[in-house]
Amino acid sequence: MIKWIFSIMLIASVIFGAITGQIQQVCEAALNSCVEAVDLFLYLLGGMCMWGGLMRIAEKAHITDSLAALFKPALKHIFKGLDFNGRAFHAICMNITANLLGLGNAATPLGLEAMRRLEEEERPGDTTSRNMIMFVVLNTASITIIPTTAASMRIKHGSAEPMEILPCVLITSACALAAGLISAAALDGIHFRKRNGK
Amino acid sequence: MSDYVIPVFIALIMIVGLIKRVDVFGEFTDGAKENLRSAFEVLPALIALMTAIGMFKASGGLDIISAAISPITELLGFPSECIPLAIIRPVSGSGALAVFESILTDVSPDSFPGRVASVMVGSTETTFYTVAVYYGITKVKKTRHTIASSLTADLTGFILSALTVRLLLH
Repeated sequence: MIKWIFSIMLIASVIFGAITGQIQQVCEAALNSCVEAVDLFLYLLGGMCMWGGLMRIAEKAHITDSLAALFKPALKHIFKGLDFNGRAFHAICMNITANLLGLGNAATPLGLEAMRRLEEEERPGDTTSRNMIMFVVLNTASITIIPTTAASMRIKHGSAEPMEILPCVLITSACALAAGLISAAALDGIHFRKRNGK
Repeated sequence: MSDYVIPVFIALIMIVGLIKRVDVFGEFTDGAKENLRSAFEVLPALIALMTAIGMFKASGGLDIISAAISPITELLGFPSECIPLAIIRPVSGSGALAVFESILTDVSPDSFPGRVASVMVGSTETTFYTVAVYYGITKVKKTRHTIASSLTADLTGFILSALTVRLLLH
């Protein structure tokens, strides 16, 4: 799938660039985007080392055990056949904590740690596993409680009530997350409803 | 207030670590070292994706696609000002912020499109970036229905942004 998105975007940008007469900008982007990617990589590199180090302390201090116990009742419906005392689940809990607190910069490095550990535990080879899909979908849907970025932009542009959007954001992100997870479970051919219904 | 979250989060980990007699400095550097090696695994995916996104953004294709689909979204009650945001949002976080900025410059943040754009930014994430980076660190090549499901979540989010604003704020 990602192969098609990658190639279609590249080819489409040349065609659109020719139509709109912005081929010069496309050319510049082709030469400069890789440099931006390295900038982003350096930014991620620092974060990954920093949060990887803190994650290790949190594990040795058994903070992640407490988080795992806290999240397990909700997450056991999403992740199937995962070792809930394992290292992957600990990293998943840290990632979710960072997401809930709105710490996007911390959530990505912790999420990458979780992916690496999921790969170690589940050994999916070159085809992704069900739990990996669930975890990525969980991270592509927003689970932030307070929309700080949107609110600060609204303040900047003179909104009378920057936080009035909060109820809409909570309902929308909860429904979006549910739609993503349900479709992932459904596409995996698993009877999601049967498991959740009591 | 929000400036407290990260420092306090870090301080709490350190305090509990010290109470539990963890070798906090040694464990920190060990954890950092492990991630240093794995960070390099992400770089190729980042270069591929950011080149594609950068070229696409520069080509002006976004405006062409927005114009093409606006009749359909009009029927759904989705404000046409927000279509470019819906297209760029799953692809680029910084691009989405730039589009959001320009929407709020054109219309008031308290107008209908201004509010819908705010809810969209607050309730969705940069899907393709997340998928590429998260799988980039593993050896997984076939992502099966990851993108289909993530885009289902995004689409639900966009439609509900307009719907919830209409029902709760107007």
